[in-house]
Amino acid sequence: MRVDLQAVEEIAKALYIRAVKVLPADVKAGFERLSGTETQAGARGILATLVRNIEVAEATDNLTCQDTGIPIYNVTLGRGVQVDGVDLEAAIRRGCERATREHPLRSSVVHPITRVNQHSSCGIRVPVVHVSFSEAPEELAIEMVPKGSGSENNTFLRMAVPAEGIAAVKAFVIDSVLSAGGKTCPPTIVGVGIGGSADLCVHLAKVAATSRPLGSRCADTEGAKLEEELTAAVNRLGVGPQGLGGDSTAFAVHVELAATHITMNPVAVNMQCHAARRATARLTPAGIHYED
Amino acid sequence: MAHHDFTMPVTEAQARALRVGDTVTLHGTLYGIRDRTQIEMFDRGRSTRFDLAGHAVIHTAPNVRRVERCARFPAGYEPVCVGTTTSARMERFTRPLMERCGVRFVIGKGGLQEQSHKAFADLGGAYLAIVGGAAALETTWIEAIEDVDLDDVNPESLWKFRVRGFGPLLVGMDAHGGDLFRDVAARAQARRDEVLASLGAAPR
Repeated sequence: MRVDLQAVEEIAKALYIRAVKVLPADVKAGFERLSGTETQAGARGILATLVRNIEVAEATDNLTCQDTGIPIYNVTLGRGVQVDGVDLEAAIRRGCERATREHPLRSSVVHPITRVNQHSSCGIRVPVVHVSFSEAPEELAIEMVPKGSGSENNTFLRMAVPAEGIAAVKAFVIDSVLSAGGKTCPPTIVGVGIGGSADLCVHLAKVAATSRPLGSRCADTEGAKLEEELTAAVNRLGVGPQGLGGDSTAFAVHVELAATHITMNPVAVNMQCHAARRATARLTPAGIHYED
Repeated sequence: MAHHDFTMPVTEAQARALRVGDTVTLHGTLYGIRDRTQIEMFDRGRSTRFDLAGHAVIHTAPNVRRVERCARFPAGYEPVCVGTTTSARMERFTRPLMERCGVRFVIGKGGLQEQSHKAFADLGGAYLAIVGGAAALETTWIEAIEDVDLDDVNPESLWKFRVRGFGPLLVGMDAHGGDLFRDVAARAQARRDEVLASLGAAPR
């Protein structure tokens, strides 16, 4: 399949707008689950407001949250897909810019030193474009994540050492959730990266927080056991929705792993606020399909 | 716990009467400010033509659409999506907002800290917590963008909104030392060791 770059541009534009307006089904189900288990009245009230907000956003065709985030596009190239990588990235960038100007969306992106906003949601190395590969025949998949700053500002890395063991990893996750408190707009998805190099560890935490649907499990058995244990533990802290108390601190803790060095024991935490937005489209010879 | 309906601005006495756990709904004028707005005002010495005395400010930078000025859009901006950002980043600006501009209420999410606490007690003010991330709902409480100042730092301009039924907001910090966020955080911190022990990760 030879990729139609005009289609990629349209997809990049449509996905940004769709992501900020329509929450994925698994996240909506997550709200339902928490609303059913929350024991504190105040927390139940906040969850009800958040559910009402999702309904208002859909009824008024509006954004669920004002933060248009840092735009991230995760591109997965299947077997037999032919595309010029430079052109692909440029098409995504054009789509991102057009979503911002044509909808319009707030451009939340500035130069890191001058703080100048180009009002395009673009800048140096932004939108972030990650490329990976899959076995899917003749398929180009694009996932768009508008990553909000309230949760992104609560990202932590610790290069623990082997002598500290897995206990250091667990304590770091708990302390990160405590430190974030209400600043990160709980209930959150707590993404945890374990292992790898420093940069890979943080990347895994981001993938765990933003790309894994609620209800999914870590592919590694040990990682899956750990995320289950940590999900229960985090929700015993009592931080609650908005940091105002309750059982619903996190929808889930997601763990992603990578092999690491004999001398290293790195752990990273990246959080996703309750506006857990992502949208995906698949381009195949049959056309464009947007996932619900 | 009482509910208060305020048509802005309010007096110091009205602000001091609030207690944590009360709820508040605002009507009339509401000003929107953000990190950059306050950096310009308090670090770079820029002033605003708006009189913020007795008013509420909300930590926001809205999504807007530029339109022709008319009765409905007097500032040439249509509100698209107006939400609230995390307050903690702007902690150091609470006192200058109150001392120099006479602001009474700060509206935000996630709470503020010790310096703001002291400012609310010394000068008579309160932190009103909104449900963060509920921007579609919040937008329905905005009637219009009436005016805008410091618009060269758009979207972090100083926005003048006209609101009706803006709330209910929860009094999260009051002028008497009450702070719901601090209390929840302290209780959560107190559970830390027990939670770590249950994970087999007690400190050695």
